[in-house]
Amino acid sequence: MNIHEYQAKSLFALNGVPAPEGYLAHNATEAEFAMRRLGVKVAVVKAQVHAGGRGKAGGVKLVKSPEECAAVTEKMIGMRLVTPQTGAEGKIVHKVYIEAGSEIDKEYYLSMLVDRESACVAIMFSTEGGMDIEEVAEKHPEKIVSVLVDPTVGLKPFHLRTLSFAMKLSPEVSKELHSFVEKLYKMFVKYDYSMLEINPLIVTKQGKLLALDGKMNFDDNALYRHKDIEAMRDFAEEDPREVAASKYGLNYIGLDGNIGCLVNGAGLAMATMDIIKLAGGSPANFLDVGGGATKEMVTNAFKILLSDSKVKALFVNIFGGIMRCDVIADGVIAAAREIGVKVPVVVRLEGTNVEIGRKMLMESGLQLLAATDMNDGARKVVEAARKG
Amino acid sequence: MAILVDKHTRVITQGITGKSGEFHTRLSHEYAPRFVGGVTPGKGGSQHIGLPVFDTVAEARAKTGANASMIFVPPPFAADAILEAIAAEIELIIAITEGIPVMDMVPVRKALDRSKSRLIGPNCPGIITPGECKIGIMPGYIHQRGIVGIVSKSGTLTYEAVHQTTTLGLGQTTCIGIGGDPINGTNFIEILQMFEEDPETKGIIMIGEIGGDLEIKAAKFIKENIKKPVAGFIAGQTAPAGKRMGHAGAIISGGHGTAAEKMEALREAGVSVVDSPADMAAVLAKRLK
Repeated sequence: MNIHEYQAKSLFALNGVPAPEGYLAHNATEAEFAMRRLGVKVAVVKAQVHAGGRGKAGGVKLVKSPEECAAVTEKMIGMRLVTPQTGAEGKIVHKVYIEAGSEIDKEYYLSMLVDRESACVAIMFSTEGGMDIEEVAEKHPEKIVSVLVDPTVGLKPFHLRTLSFAMKLSPEVSKELHSFVEKLYKMFVKYDYSMLEINPLIVTKQGKLLALDGKMNFDDNALYRHKDIEAMRDFAEEDPREVAASKYGLNYIGLDGNIGCLVNGAGLAMATMDIIKLAGGSPANFLDVGGGATKEMVTNAFKILLSDSKVKALFVNIFGGIMRCDVIADGVIAAAREIGVKVPVVVRLEGTNVEIGRKMLMESGLQLLAATDMNDGARKVVEAARKG
Repeated sequence: MAILVDKHTRVITQGITGKSGEFHTRLSHEYAPRFVGGVTPGKGGSQHIGLPVFDTVAEARAKTGANASMIFVPPPFAADAILEAIAAEIELIIAITEGIPVMDMVPVRKALDRSKSRLIGPNCPGIITPGECKIGIMPGYIHQRGIVGIVSKSGTLTYEAVHQTTTLGLGQTTCIGIGGDPINGTNFIEILQMFEEDPETKGIIMIGEIGGDLEIKAAKFIKENIKKPVAGFIAGQTAPAGKRMGHAGAIISGGHGTAAEKMEALREAGVSVVDSPADMAAVLAKRLK
C-alpha cells in the first residue's frame, strides 16, 4: 500500500525524523493560508499523487509569496500530471503540500527495503541524491553504499559507520546521519514497510539533515496490525474497479485490453493474460478469484468485468483445486441471469467437480462457448472479441 | 524414488480443527493415508476427523513419530506455528498459509538456517508424490505417477503442467509448489538438485513468475549442474511494471524481475522455455524421446 508525501511527512514528524514544516492544501485559499502560517520567504507547492517524477512534470513549484502560492495551487489542482511512473493517462492532482523552502547545500539518497535473498533490511545510501538512483547505480556505483541489517540482530553502530565512512562524510554530518538512520530504521520495523525512500535527503546550509521527500510503501500482508496506516489509503489514487474488487475480497488489476479474464490463482491468472496476448488478443485485466471464493464473490467478479465498457469478450479459465467448478458455474450463471451478459463468454473448466460444473453450464440456457483447454479457450475468446 | 515425501512420511496438521485445515487434511488423507494427527492449542486430547489432536507440535511428534507438518494457521499466527515446528525438529514443514507479513518470515528464515528442518512455502499449494503422499491443496486425481519432476511458484498453474504431463502419459515423480512470497523456505535450486539426483525423475518442468531473481539464479545453477532436460515457463510476460500481481512476491520493481529477462537467462542455460503455458509438457516430451 502506498501513501502520499504529506502522510509520509506526518509519520516522520510522529517518529522524530527531521523534515521541513508543511501543510496540506486542497485549494488556493488553504494554500495561501498555509504559506502565511509557515512564515517563510520561500515555499514549495508539491502535487500529492502516488507517483514519483513530479518535478519534471510540473508538479513541484517554488513560490516566493502567499499570493504566488495561491495562484500556483489554483493551476495545479485539477491538473493531469503525467510522469514516467504514472503511465500515459497520468494522475489528477486533488491536493497539494505547501512546504517551507530549504537552503540546500547537498542532496543525498537514503532508502530501506526488505532484501529477499538475505532476509535482511537493506539500507542504501548515496551522496548523489536528487537523481534517479538507477542511473547513479549504473554511472557511479562507487557513490552508493549498502548494508544489510539482520532484524533479529538489529541496527548496530558499525552499520552506521559503514554508511558514513564509505561516503567520506565529515564527522558532523556523520553524526547527523547516524541519528537519522537510527530513527528511520526503528520506523521501518515498527510499521512493516516494504520500502521507504528519501530522495533527496538534504544537508541544509546550516549542516542539518532533512527529509525533503518521502516515498513509503507498506506490506499489504501486515496492514491488519496497522489500522492507522490502513486508514491512510487514498482510494482516489486507485483504479475504481480495483477498489470495488478489493471490497469483495477479489484480486483485480485493470489493464488496457478488451478481453476480460476470470481465473483462480495468481500464476494461472498471469499465464491467462500471457496466452491471450500470444493468441493475438489483449487482456483487459488480471483477476484472481482465489481458492476460497464463494458464489457471491464469483458473481461480483463477473459484474466488475462486465462493467468495463472496453470488454468485448470474457474468458473464464478455472482449474479447480480448492476452488470447485460447480461453485464457479453457480456464480457465472447467477451473474449472467442477474445482469444479462451481452458479450460472448468462453468458459474453460478443469479440476474439482468439473463434470458437475460443465453440466450446470450446459443446462443453464446461457450462450456460453465451452473450451477444452487453455489454447482452445484463448483462441476462441480472441476470435469472439475480434468479431464483437 | 521421488523426492522429500513418500509412503513413509508421517504428517500432522497444525490448524487441523479450522475449516481449511480440516477440509484439506481429510482430502489428503483420503488420497494417501499418511496423516497421524493434528495440533490445535487448547484442543489437545480430543479427536478430529478420526485423528488425535495435540496442544503442541512437540507432543504430537513425541506421540506419533510425525516427520512432517502441514500448516493451515491464519496469517497473524502462521510464522509462530512454523517456528514451533522448527523448534520441535519436524523435518519437513509445508506452510500453505497466504498473507504472512514479510517481516515475520525473517526470523523464520534465520531459525531454518540453524536447524535440520526444511520449509516449503509459505503461500504454496504443497507437495505431492503421486500414489504415496499428498500434503497440500492440490486435487489428487489429476496426478499420475511417472517420470517428470515439477517445481513451481504457482498453485493452479502447476495443475496445468500436471494435467498436461498426465494427458501425455509422462506422469510425475514429485510436484512441489515453492510459493509466491518474497521470503520463503525452499527455492528452485535445491529442488532442481534433488530432481537431478533422483533416479526416477527423467525430466523437469520449472514454472516461475515475475518478481525477484530466483529464476535467474536457478538458470546459472542449471547451466552448471543439471544434465536432465528442463522445460520452463515464466508467468507474467504481459504484467505491467510496479503492480503486485496477486502473489506478494510477484512484482516488477526498478525494471528488474521481468519475465523477459528470466526467460532469456533460462534459455541461455539450455532450458526449453515456452511462451505459452499450454506447451510446457509437449516441449519436454519431445526432449525425452
